[in-house]
Parts: sequence; C-alpha cells; structure tokens
Amino acid sequence: MNLTLKIWRQAGPRHPGEMVTYKVQDISEDMSFLEMLDVLNEQLNAKGEEPIAFDSDCREGICGMCGLMISGEAHGPEKTTTCQLHMRSFSDGEVITVEPWRANAFPVIKDLVVDRGAFDRIIQAGGYISANTGSAPDAHAVPVPKPNADRAFVAAECIGCGACVAACPNASAMLFMGAKVTHLSELPQGQPERAARVVSMVDQHDHEGFGGCTNVGACSQACPKGIPQDVISTLNKDLRAALRG
Amino acid sequence: MTDTTVNAGIAHGLYTEGEPVADTKAPAGPIAGKWTQRKFDAALVNPANRRKLDVIIVGTGLAGGSAAATLGEAGYNVKVFCFQDSPRRAHSIAAQGGINAAKNYKEDGDSTYRLFYDTVKGGDYRSRETNVYRLAEVSANIIDQCVAQGVPFAREYGGLLDNRSFGGVQVSRTFYARGQTGQQLLIGAYQALERQVAAKTVKQYTRHEMLELVVADGRARGIIVRDLVTGEIETHFADAVVLASGGYGNVFFLSTNAMGSNVTASWRAHRKGAYMANPCYTQIHPTCIPVSGEHQSKLTLMSESLRNDGRIWVPKNRDDCDKDPRQIPEEDRDYYLERIYPSFGNLVPRDIASRQAKNVCDEGRGVGPVVGDFRRGVYLDFADAIARLGKDAVEAKYGNLFDMYARITGENPYEVPMRIYPAVHYVMGGLWVDYDLQSTIPGLFVTGEANFSDHGANRLGASALMQGLADGYFVLPNTIRDYLAKGPFEALADDHPAVAEARGRVEQRTARLLQIQGERSVDSFHRELGNIMWEYCGMERSEEGLLKAIDLIRGLREEFWRNVRVLGSGDTLNQSLEKAGRVADFLELGELMCIDALHRRESCGGHFRAESQTEDGEALRHDDEFLYVAAWEFSGGDGDGEMSTPVLHKEDLVYEAIELKQRSYK
Ligand SMILES: Cc1cc2nc3c(=O)[nH]c(=O)nc-3n(C[C@H](O)[C@H](O)[C@H](O)COP(=O)(O)OP(=O)(O)OC[C@H]3O[C@@H](n4cnc5c(N)ncnc54)[C@H](O)[C@@H]3O)c2cc1C
Ligand code: SF4
Ligand code: FES
Repeated sequence: MNLTLKIWRQAGPRHPGEMVTYKVQDISEDMSFLEMLDVLNEQLNAKGEEPIAFDSDCREGICGMCGLMISGEAHGPEKTTTCQLHMRSFSDGEVITVEPWRANAFPVIKDLVVDRGAFDRIIQAGGYISANTGSAPDAHAVPVPKPNADRAFVAAECIGCGACVAACPNASAMLFMGAKVTHLSELPQGQPERAARVVSMVDQHDHEGFGGCTNVGACSQACPKGIPQDVISTLNKDLRAALRG
Repeated sequence: MTDTTVNAGIAHGLYTEGEPVADTKAPAGPIAGKWTQRKFDAALVNPANRRKLDVIIVGTGLAGGSAAATLGEAGYNVKVFCFQDSPRRAHSIAAQGGINAAKNYKEDGDSTYRLFYDTVKGGDYRSRETNVYRLAEVSANIIDQCVAQGVPFAREYGGLLDNRSFGGVQVSRTFYARGQTGQQLLIGAYQALERQVAAKTVKQYTRHEMLELVVADGRARGIIVRDLVTGEIETHFADAVVLASGGYGNVFFLSTNAMGSNVTASWRAHRKGAYMANPCYTQIHPTCIPVSGEHQSKLTLMSESLRNDGRIWVPKNRDDCDKDPRQIPEEDRDYYLERIYPSFGNLVPRDIASRQAKNVCDEGRGVGPVVGDFRRGVYLDFADAIARLGKDAVEAKYGNLFDMYARITGENPYEVPMRIYPAVHYVMGGLWVDYDLQSTIPGLFVTGEANFSDHGANRLGASALMQGLADGYFVLPNTIRDYLAKGPFEALADDHPAVAEARGRVEQRTARLLQIQGERSVDSFHRELGNIMWEYCGMERSEEGLLKAIDLIRGLREEFWRNVRVLGSGDTLNQSLEKAGRVADFLELGELMCIDALHRRESCGGHFRAESQTEDGEALRHDDEFLYVAAWEFSGGDGDGEMSTPVLHKEDLVYEAIELKQRSYK
C-alpha cells in the first residue's frame, strides 16, 4: 500500500517543531508500524536527510519504550502498543499523522522522543516494598489469596508507556499510579507502607505537573495492557484512608 | 577426524594458543561446601567504609538492577547506567516462561543437586561445575526475595505458589507470572533500585551508553559514556566496575532480543584485556514466528510450552508446500520429530528441534512465504489438541500466545496451523569470569547474560532469569567485597594517560563515524552481517563455511569504515550514530565467533559442526579434545575495525561431582 505520513519533526528540546509530510510506497501489510517508519528512515538516509527519531526496544509490546500518537490516538487504532500495531490496520492511500506524547510532564527530546523520567520519580516516591536483599522469609510463609494475587498481577502488568497520560485531556497519570498502588496494596507484603506510599506518590505526581483526574476514562481505553479504571478508585480509597490517618 | 582438519584455525593463521587458564579461584573442598567457604573467606568491608567506595554498574536488567539495589542497600556508593529511558525497560522485561528454583514445594524429588545436575547435562557438559552448583544452591533464596518485594507469581487456590515444568526436566520447579515472568521480576528489581535512588545510595543514568572502559595501573577504574540526549562524552570513576550489559544475539541482526541489545560494553572491555569465553555458543530457539519479508526488524518468540500440545509437521512432498495445510491428508504429512525421536517426540531439547526444522526446510519442504530463496517455516498444529481437549481448554492454556500470533501474522491459529521457525534467542558465550565473577581485568566483574559462566554449550529454559538474579542479589555482593576491601584506590586525574586514552578513543571514533559520509546505511551493514552469521555460524557450522564467513566479515568491516553513512551530529540524540557504534563492534565480534566455532571441531549443545555427527546425524562431542572453556584474548589492533590474531587460553573443565555422558533423546 501507499501512504501519506504527516510526522512531527523537532530538532531538540528548545527548538520549535512542525509537521512534515512524507510519502511511502509499497508498504506490506505484514509490517509493524515501526518497521514502516524504518523503511521511511532508510529512504531519508539515502536522500541525505536525517532519519526521524523515535523510541522502541523490545518490539514485543512489553518494555513500554515505544509510544506514538497516531492520527490522534495513543498507540493508534488498535488496543496494543505502537510496536505491535501492524499495517493491516490501515488502508491504501490513507493519510496518517504521527506525533509524540503531548504532556507538560513529558517534554519532547527530539522528533517523536519524549522524556518520561517523571514516571521513575513517582516510583522513587514510594512505588516499592522495602525488603532488603537476604532478609526475606520463606516464600510460603505468607499465603496470598488467589483473588488478591490475581488482581495484583493485573495491575502489575502496566508497562509504563505513558499512553494513559497522552490520551487524557488533563494529562493525568492516575492510571499509571493507580496501577502501582493497587499492585502493592493487594498484597500482604505491601501493607506496612500502604498509607505513606500513596500520599508520597500523589505528591510527586502533582509536583511533576501531571493533571488531575476527572473520570474521563480515556486512559483505560488507550492502555495497551487493559489496566482497568478501578485502580484509580483503589488509589483514591487508599489516599482518603491515609489522609484520615 | 583427519589430520588435515586438525588446528584448521591455527593452520590458517587465524589464532594462536597461549597459556592455559591456571585457576578459577574456587575454594577447595567438597562441592556442597564451597560457597559457604568462599563467603566466609571473602574479606568484609566495614559499613562506615562502604560509603567511600564507588561501584559502577552498567546495565539495569535482572543482573544489573538486582546488584545495584543490593550494593546500594549495603551502603556502597553506586552509579548505574542503561541506554533505555528507564531502568525498567532492560531486555529482561521480555522473558516469558519462568524462573527455576530448587524449592521442592511439589515434593517431587527436586533438590539443589538435581537442579545442578540438570543444568550441567542440559549444557552438554561444557559448563563449570563449581559455578553451576552455587547457582542451584542460591536459587531458592531468589523466590523468597522476589515474593517479599511483591512479585505477583502465579498462585494456587490455597494461596501458595504454583509451579510448572519446563523443557527437558522431570520435576516442577519453574515459578511463573503468566507469560510475563521477566517483566514481573524486573519490576521487582527496578522498584528495589528506585528505592535506593530515593535513598541516594544509587545514582541512575538513563539514556547513557558506555563506550569505553578505563583501565589504569592494571585495574578497571571507570567508564567513558555518551549522554545519548546531549551527546556529551563523560568520564565516571569507580573502585570497581560491573558489566551486566546482557547478551549479543543481535550480531545476527534478526533475533528475539530487543532492538538495542548489543555487545559494546563487553567488547570494549575485551579490547582492554578481558577474555571472551566460548563466543560461538548460541542458542537458537525453535518456536519463533517466521520471518515474513525483507523489512523484518526483529523476531518474536512464543513460549516453548506450545510444544506440549502442538504437533510439528511439514508436507512429505514439496509440491504440497504451498497448499492450504488443512487440505493435506494425514498420510502426506511428516511429523518429523515424532518420527525421528519416538520417545521425546515434539519435546526434544531446543537445539535438536531447531536443527531438524532447518533440515526439512533445506530439503525444500518448508512452508509459508518464500524468504530469500526458500520457505522458512514448519507447522505447529493444534487441531488434535483442540479435538481432544476442546477449544476452550486450549484457549485457557495458550490464549495469550495465540492472540500474539494472530496479531503479528494476521492468521487465526485456532483454524489454520501456526507456522514457526527457529531464531537466535540467547548467547551462552560471554566475558570469562572466575568463581568470584571477576574477569581477567582486576576490578572488572561481569554478571548475567554478559558472562559465560553457568550454561555451558546450551541453556535450559527458565535458567537465565535464575542466573541473572542469583548473580545480582546473592553472588556478586558477596564476592565483590573481597576486592573492594582493598580500596578505596587512589583517585585518578582526568589527564591520567589511561583516562585520556579512553576518552580520546571515544571522541575520535564518534567523530570518524560522522565524517565517513559514505553510501550505505548502518542497517544495511547490520543486515548483511546478520545474513553471513546466520548462514555460516548459525544452526550448522562447517570448516568451509566458517572460513568463508571470516573472509566476508573482514571485507564487510573494511567497507563499513569506508562507506557507512551516519547523518546528523554528535551533540544531540542521534540514533544512527548509536547504532553505528554497536554495529562496528558486532563486525569484530562476528569474526571472533567464527574463529571460535572453527577451532571447536566437535558438536556440543547449540554448536553443531557438520563434520562432527553420529551416523544418524546427531551431535557428537569430543571430550578427549574439547573438554575446556575457550577463553580468547584480544591481541591488539589499534585502529577502528582492526584486530590481529586472537590468543586462545584453555580452561580445562573438571567433572568431579557429575559423570560425563553423551546426550540421547531417542
Ligand atoms: C524473548 C525472550 C524470552 C526469554 N524468556 C526467558 C525465560 O522465560 N526464562 C529465562 O530464564 N530466560 C529467558 N530469556 C533470557 C533472559 O531474558 C535473558 O538472558 C536475561 O534477562 C538477561 O538479563 P541481563 O540482566 O543479563 O541483561 P539485560 O536484561 O539484557 O540488560 C542489559 C542492560 O544493560 C544495559 N546496557 C547494555 N549495553 C550498555 C552500554 N553499552 N551502556 C549502558 N548500558 C548498557 C541495557 O540498557 C540494559 O539495562 C528470554 C529471552 C528472550 C529474548
Ligand atoms: S497504565 Fe497503561 S497506558 Fe498507562 S503507562 Fe501503564 S500500560 Fe501504559
Ligand atoms: S518497543 Fe517495547 S513495548 Fe513497544
């Protein structure tokens, strides 16, 4: 198939950016979206133009490194990551716009690459269980009821890609944060730090410049891992309990 | 074997032989007591002194992330580096199947000794007994540690942990978190690491790539890195350096590794004096989704658990290869693994399943699209399983894998048989380390897939995750202290000759890559190298092919340094420049892999030499000649892309606890 691509180009963090139009021909529908961009980059390189910068690593939908706004949708039209989106989801002659995640807390580094360091800092604020190496009791010392273990797992599937933030009209990271809070709150090991964790993470979230949650639900719709919106309710419940002391 | 093939590599002037490796520094005494002894003998560092000791860790995968968190907790001053934008994205995240541990929770006769034995046998008797025993010994602690961190392993209704069994063993010792075990373990290590970052014991540098090792006065003392965002070249000093930089399977261009996985950190250390051990030992995984066309950028693995219920076949007649498989009658199908290996059938080890798939495709009986000049695929058919168990049961077991397959291929595996083909997956080779995980450069330690230590010539499923975490949480923190106790070492000045040399080299190399402005893209070189490696140093290797490959690689490397085109500048994010540096190192590694494969005139594990097989085409080891680790020393070559004849040092493998046997799966 032949496609027209309108792609955000921006030379660096302090440079202005613009949409630039490119054409690609003979794209196979078995290609992934990023392989299509690889083809375009080879063409640009051959013409002496600098290739388009975009992030990816695993290309299997698990590392969370990739992430593009494709024709206005985070990770494009399917419920998956950008790297697992295939060209058979598009049609011949289509015009596709490609932009980076847009959020104050995710500044653009170059072209389609953004800085998601804010997510690491939210985890640093409390997204862990304090368990020094070597101090652990036998793994069977504390059984975990299967429903709790399963819900913890579902929440822990978050890959930290940032699509929820990009999709949210408020650029809120509540789904990302709710996922971590829920993962740890469901487990007995997570109880001792439960209250302190949520307060400190929410503080950091606001400090980073993410917006507040107004229950739009676009986050969960865009999430490639299907993190359910109710993790945000868990977060709010934990936060209320913690603030009540 | 005839005399003409003996020392083919030496005869062609491709390598020379040096002194054997004298000592691996394992303590004396019975195998079960060695680790306790070593922990006792290793010097302690007073907690008050730890803050004065700087440790650099390159890599935030299971091996690096766990080590950084643990050394930070212990109070050392740690700096940790990765090239991704967050430590959580290291390639370990992609591991699916599970992690082994000798917990014996199922009371099915598992034990430290059995895990040790299975790992040595699985490695085709080419691993070091002492290290493998220790791995088995600490495995149980890993599970405890991970559970304490909140890793959500699969559980049974009673709330206890579930286990499954995994390729080539008879006990249930694999712990898992659905198909995302690597992700959950890495998130556990990442969170422990971020906790230390918050506590300021660890400083993390993301989007930073190590490009040189600083070796001063015979010790590893620091690294030179490029800040991938600003392009700035930085020098970081330390009292010890740990490489946990992962495997180099991407030398084949197409592999199941992440796009950025590379050999640069290890290769730069190799050029500075660290020996590279068994570089040709590569694991090729049988159940990957086949290549669909020339544009392909990477391959996707599907868990080998699929082989428990799927049946592997190809048409008996070449004429049937492009037919709808459902129209091919039973009598015209060749279930070749069941035919050749009646007792193990579809469950033979990875190396055997892969090689037989290659054989039937080479015969012209492969299926799926023609890629290159033939069809590269075999069927993995669930029709019988669906008839026997019902579609729902198959979906419950393999649903996520079927979905992934459907997403990538656009075909529905519940109706049409899946197509699979082997792909490069893991490298057993890596930097040589002693019992303490220290390389041949004092103060340089190597952990995880980057070292060669535990898997011999073939790795068992679910054992890489075990090794990464064993190294990082339990082994390295106990052995590195013996070295650090000698520090802190004298501070180095920026104009120390060793520092200036390393920095200058990085600056010149970066400048040169940008100046060449040739005709060909970095990817085109990488792809061509990958084709050479796959063709001649892949699933089957021969003297003739390897000699040819060495010539081709040399030619390609020479062309690279003359004709590569890297656009853009060095002072911003420049992904072509990053790739160019990695491919330049792969072009050197590839040659060493071929020399190693050429010199090892036996078949063992993942290394199959056409000249060394039994009458019915099975791998044939030669313990009389090759019962050793091949540790290669870089012998010089100053300019970019220059390397002179490597020197082989042999570490003899001694089997005291386990008896050597030829593997048989018939
Ligand atoms: C698809 C797939 C599935 C797998 N499934 C399993 C499984 O089920 N069970 C199992 O046991 N094993 C499995 N494996 C193997 C296992 O995942 C890996 O061997 C293991 O995770 C490697 O961990 P590591 O910490 O050594 O390296 P990695 O996780 O590869 O980490 C390397 C780190 O080094 C950094 N780095 C590298 N070079 C540089 C540099 N020059 N400068 C700065 N940083 C650098 C990277 O940024 C990264 O942080 C699988 C592998 C693949 C590919
Ligand atoms: S919650 Fe979903 S969309 Fe948000 S970071 Fe996690 S995986 Fe991505
Ligand atoms: S590249 Fe890893 S999730 Fe897309």
